[in-house]
Amino acid sequence: MGVSMSYLPLTFLLPLLGTFILALSRGHMSERGSVWVGVSSVGLAALVTAFITIQFMSGDQSAQTLTLWTWISVGNFTPTIGLALDGLSITMLGIITGVGFLIHLFAAWYMRGEEGITRFFAYMNLFVFSMVLLVLGDNLMLLFLGWEGVGICSYLLIGYYYRDSANGAAAFKAFLITRIGDVFLAIGLFLIFAELGTLNIAAILEQAPAHWATGDSLVRWAALMFLGGALGKSAQLPLHTWLADAMAGPTPVSALIHAATMVTAGVYLIARMHGIFDLAPDVLHLVGVIGAATLLMAGFAALAQTDIKRILAYSTMSQIGYMFLALGVGAYDSAIFHLMTHAFFKALLFLSAGAVIVSCHHEQDMRKLGGLWRRLPLAYMGFIVGGAALSALPLVTAGFYSKDDILWQSLAADQKGLLLAGLVGALLTSLYTVRLIIGTFHGEMKSDHARNAEPGRGLQHGLPLILLAVLSTFIGAMIHPPLSGVLPASPGESTEAGHTALELIAAGTAIAGIALAAWLFLRKREALARLVSGGPGASLWTLWNQAWGFDLLFDRLLVRPFRILVFILRRDIIDALFGLVASITKGLNAGLTRTQTGRVRTYATSMVLGATVVLIFLAFGQ
Amino acid sequence: MILLWLVLVPFIGGLLCWQADRWGEKAPRWIALITMMLVLIMTLVLWLQGDYQLPAMNAGADSIRWAMEWKVPWIPRFGIDVHLALDGLSLVLIALTGFLGMLAVLCSWKEIDDRIGFFHLNLLFILGGVVGVFLAIDLFLFFFFWEMMLVPMYFLIALWGHSGSEGKTRIRAAIKFFIYTQASGLLMLVAILALVFAHHANTGEYSFSYADLLQTPLSENMAMVLMLGFFIAFAVKLPVVPLHGWLPDAHAQAPTAGSVDLAGILLKTAAYGMLRFALPLFPEASQTFAPIAMTLGLVGVFYGAVLACGQRDIKRLIAYTSISHMGFVLIGIYSGSELALQGVVVLMVAHAFSAAGLFIMSGQLFERLNTRDLQEMGGLWGRMGSLPGFSLCFVAASLGMPGTANFVGEFMVLFGTFPTAPVVVIIGACGMVFAAIYSLILMQRVYFGPSLNDQKFEGLDGREFTMLLGIFALVVLFGLYPQPLLDTTSAVMGEVQGLFQGSLPAGSVPMSSLAGGGQ
Repeated sequence: MGVSMSYLPLTFLLPLLGTFILALSRGHMSERGSVWVGVSSVGLAALVTAFITIQFMSGDQSAQTLTLWTWISVGNFTPTIGLALDGLSITMLGIITGVGFLIHLFAAWYMRGEEGITRFFAYMNLFVFSMVLLVLGDNLMLLFLGWEGVGICSYLLIGYYYRDSANGAAAFKAFLITRIGDVFLAIGLFLIFAELGTLNIAAILEQAPAHWATGDSLVRWAALMFLGGALGKSAQLPLHTWLADAMAGPTPVSALIHAATMVTAGVYLIARMHGIFDLAPDVLHLVGVIGAATLLMAGFAALAQTDIKRILAYSTMSQIGYMFLALGVGAYDSAIFHLMTHAFFKALLFLSAGAVIVSCHHEQDMRKLGGLWRRLPLAYMGFIVGGAALSALPLVTAGFYSKDDILWQSLAADQKGLLLAGLVGALLTSLYTVRLIIGTFHGEMKSDHARNAEPGRGLQHGLPLILLAVLSTFIGAMIHPPLSGVLPASPGESTEAGHTALELIAAGTAIAGIALAAWLFLRKREALARLVSGGPGASLWTLWNQAWGFDLLFDRLLVRPFRILVFILRRDIIDALFGLVASITKGLNAGLTRTQTGRVRTYATSMVLGATVVLIFLAFGQ
Repeated sequence: MILLWLVLVPFIGGLLCWQADRWGEKAPRWIALITMMLVLIMTLVLWLQGDYQLPAMNAGADSIRWAMEWKVPWIPRFGIDVHLALDGLSLVLIALTGFLGMLAVLCSWKEIDDRIGFFHLNLLFILGGVVGVFLAIDLFLFFFFWEMMLVPMYFLIALWGHSGSEGKTRIRAAIKFFIYTQASGLLMLVAILALVFAHHANTGEYSFSYADLLQTPLSENMAMVLMLGFFIAFAVKLPVVPLHGWLPDAHAQAPTAGSVDLAGILLKTAAYGMLRFALPLFPEASQTFAPIAMTLGLVGVFYGAVLACGQRDIKRLIAYTSISHMGFVLIGIYSGSELALQGVVVLMVAHAFSAAGLFIMSGQLFERLNTRDLQEMGGLWGRMGSLPGFSLCFVAASLGMPGTANFVGEFMVLFGTFPTAPVVVIIGACGMVFAAIYSLILMQRVYFGPSLNDQKFEGLDGREFTMLLGIFALVVLFGLYPQPLLDTTSAVMGEVQGLFQGSLPAGSVPMSSLAGGGQ
């Protein structure tokens, strides 16, 4: 165990300490104090991470483990509270604490003066704690702890503005749908343990190839279950519907949880369990297909949104679709690379959106914004740099290098269909990005909120935007995650045929998309507006605006039947059946009471009748 | 001798409380609190001193090894003794009784202001009866304590209860509780007597002793019928759907202390009874019955969860969640895997804490709002000090959030059951989604959403805060380090599992041993 390993627990203990302090202050802490505790705990964790990273990179970069204690020990069921540090987890750790710190810092500006800021930072710190455990856990039980922990923090933060029932509903939906994914993941855990007798990730990856032949039905089930978990967390088809509604939370939450970290947990999970997926090639292929389908579906949906955060949400879905596509062609490190650059530029976009929203008095509808570029230069810069990276503008942006890599890998793996989806998706990305920027920052100001926009000031506002902007350019792409040895080789490593041609095509697509979009949204605005105001254009707009109607489908298919079931059963039918026994007894009682008339004549008659019946029985019964 | 004291202390304390009424209203409360603390301390001392990791007994009848035993003849003619014995399982459950007893006293501190002495007499008599149930290993004595718990509980509901929603009276709830449990207790008595007569027919001696009856040879049908007699008695108490009808009414109408005891320990006597008697006395019959029992468990998981979603009364909602959780306990008990059985222990302890926390929470809400109707709540977050925060913690525990003991218990049950009954586990795991629904409904309706008015309410006082913090600390402690608990009960659960698996027909090797070979 190196020196660095003994410091590793600090990366999650510091945020946990922050949560404790904030929670136990019982609301008596000043806003300043809360901000200090909340931001500095993550900042210190980021420092520790930097220190560990330096040590790790200067060493031989081999995986190291640290077992704190045995969590449960019954027979061979011995999950530990144990940490593992390798290239993959250190990459994730850097993103979580580094980007996380910048977002916390920005949140100090964004949330100033809000009621319950202590609660906000307590949840945020708890989130960082859970997320760090998720990526550091050396066994699936601990990973699951982090996995559920980030889920509940996400729930709490989406519903942060609790007075509005709509936020509560969005939070509820997010938790429930991801929980459906969690059930799959849990079943995957049960299956793995029943088969391999261990939950330690390293041991699983080591034993799986010996235990299962490639394509064995059980390993395919296991991979499918993990995929189910990943779909829920990472908002991929068909468990994606929660992410757009999750934008109800404060914008720094969207940046941290619903763009940079938690939603990419599914990608991490699949990359981490690559040994299982490699044994189930058809499930791995399914991962790619789902990714491709999601990136197209979300790309179209993003085109027809008017809320700037919803556009970014669908864009996140779509970009994670790219990561799934990369996983699906076996290019695990390309997926993680895109995960990293996406964390930079999407966090930048969300924070810039947050700057716009606060400056414009919580107006986030594009139809009421516009023309802001003069008033909010820093946010505009953020959108330009982030948007360029998102639409993969060649050479100068980080997004270009990572997305290009994914497209190249799918060509190298000879997945032409997936490649085509990726290229179409790239075009869509450019379209909706340019539409977003033009709609928000150009043209005329469409409301008083926009006209009275007050630009953000101060270090807390400026520093995160500038640093993330720098990371979103090619500088960010120069960070190469130390993944060799952790993840298997990508298909693109063995061949170079067609690489240059593809790069040119990808670059051309991005530029063509931007040019097309600029032409459409600057020059042909009226024509577009006419197109969507009636006829098939309007139907298509509605369809995309409603993201292909999945919400409606699930509502009819699941939510309503469940409500009806609850309504029918609410008085406990089974209990009512037992109530019948009581009713019958009461009825008999009432009936027999009536025979007690108190009249001698009736009694005498019944006695005579009774005696006669008995005598008849005696006489004929012989 | 200390075992006898464990039983007697609550009874003596109860009588003292009753008499202490004349010294002011604080006196009975303090006496009751100290009494339960004494029980808790005695168990902790026993735990520290004793060795509960005894080697598991083999199936032979004479080789039962209790950690501690105490026995005097009671009715020698019929072989009835006052026979108390302690092992890891009973120790854990008695400690739980002591702790929850303290909580019950503490949470009635302000709620009960009428006939205080008599209230605490009833409360302590219930707890004494429960301790007796956990210690008695003479079947007659067990039955005696089993019935003993009911009467004071009846009074607790009938005299200090609330009237229910929908115009149901507390008397009605109390009577329903009494009839359900009494009728099922009768079935158990018949089964006990039949077992004793069967033993008499074999050996010519009357004995109610657990050890003697353990190996009574029975015909297959006879074993099944007697097993069902025990099972139904315990199933009513657990409760197993469809025999659960008394629970929501009793919970809704009982005072907070009653609900805490009911959910925290009275339900656990049923699980204890299954583990101690139904399974070991009739292993073959239990083995045959296991698929049905697990199915009933599944039905309970979902039926309880769906009904919880439809309740307006917050205490009824929590009551139905108990039914759902006990479904997992039932599945674990009949899974025949040591991992799952150990999970059952953790789950019982965890559920006792989380349900107690939730019931105390609803009691505190009631003290402030004077209603239990969810539709009259809403938007209470930020207006009640730290009560909402604690509620969130207990709701998280009840939905099985990792880091809480509930998660450890539930997952151990599911992990343990998966090799033998994967379908049950897969369906049961979907219960996680339902647990999320009812838990979040609770949070959403009570604390979130628009508020009906701007009235501020009193925050938690020191007593309430300490109580809730203490429970939650234990939930997290056992969630992250359940090992002391597991070590204490591992020998007992190993025995139960051994008996259960030992009755498997030859040749059918359980999958768990195959999976173990994979390592």
